[in-house]
Amino acid sequence: MSNKTANMTMTAAVPAGGDVADYIALLKPRVMSLVVFTAMAGLYLAPGTIHPVIAIVAVLCIAVGAGASGAINMWYDRDIDSVMARTAERPVPKGRVEPGAALGFGVALAAWSVMVMGIAVDWAAAALLAFTIAFYVFVYTMWLKRRTPQNIVIGGAAGAFPPMVGWAAVTGDISLSSIVLFAIIFMWTPPHFWALALYRKGDYEKAGVPMLPVVAGIRETKRQIVFYSVLLVPIGMAPTFIGMSSWVFGVVAGVLGMIFVGLSIAIYREQGDRYARHTFAFSILYLFLLFAALIADKAVGFTA
Amino acid sequence: MEMMVDQQEEQRARQKRRNRALLAVLIGMVALFYVITIVRMGFNE
Repeated sequence: MSNKTANMTMTAAVPAGGDVADYIALLKPRVMSLVVFTAMAGLYLAPGTIHPVIAIVAVLCIAVGAGASGAINMWYDRDIDSVMARTAERPVPKGRVEPGAALGFGVALAAWSVMVMGIAVDWAAAALLAFTIAFYVFVYTMWLKRRTPQNIVIGGAAGAFPPMVGWAAVTGDISLSSIVLFAIIFMWTPPHFWALALYRKGDYEKAGVPMLPVVAGIRETKRQIVFYSVLLVPIGMAPTFIGMSSWVFGVVAGVLGMIFVGLSIAIYREQGDRYARHTFAFSILYLFLLFAALIADKAVGFTA
Repeated sequence: MEMMVDQQEEQRARQKRRNRALLAVLIGMVALFYVITIVRMGFNE
């Protein structure tokens, strides 16, 4: 080996350290946007008052906590992320950020978000945020994801907690209404992810992740998507049933739910994956519109 | 050799960008804690 080659090898071995954009990518900004939105809805819908600055701090903590979970997830899943087309470009599998740096970044942010939430906002909300991060990292990422096709059914709870955390930031507790907000996202997660898994089946197969289409087949997954989307209709309307929102919201939620069911039936009938893609895109819009409708319902004053 | 120099320069540039971002975050945190303190003190009056 010549001197020149040795130098080059050494340089390549030195961790280059990622760019700022790589660290932002570790936070999964797209997932974070939905988390922030649903958390804001929880804050707004909760009875009582909160100082606007404290509300912003609460949302910031929830966003940072969600980002921290994403970074720790990318550290743990770097082996399977490198195999799947959807995730192969992430900073850790690409080698732009060292695995240890991603873990440290995630743990530091998680600790920061929980501490600040506790000190500045409310300790019950901080405890719930800590539980959410722990659930996503330990229960979903480390335990369920690679072991059972029910991974996203149970793991989906992690994504469903943010509105409850937002709610707790105002009230300091958990109530039936905040549990309903949780239930909506919890029930929404399986059809949302399985629609994606239908057209990314090969990816999951390659990575050895036991998603439902890989383990139980396409037909069964489609059946389950219909089942969950049907259940989602009454749960989406539940805020009206418990008196949290007006009947106007109930109608909007019902219509959105029926569109979801319609699309899932179209998935069930189709041979290709066109409607699976449509449903995945619509599911994001569904959740956004449903929470926007909840906010609008209270803002307009249909409900007290 | 030239490639090595390029790589080092790129690494330094990246480090500089990271440091600047960290500075911005730290200044942001100072401002954030200042505002939180003022607000919390106001609440307790």
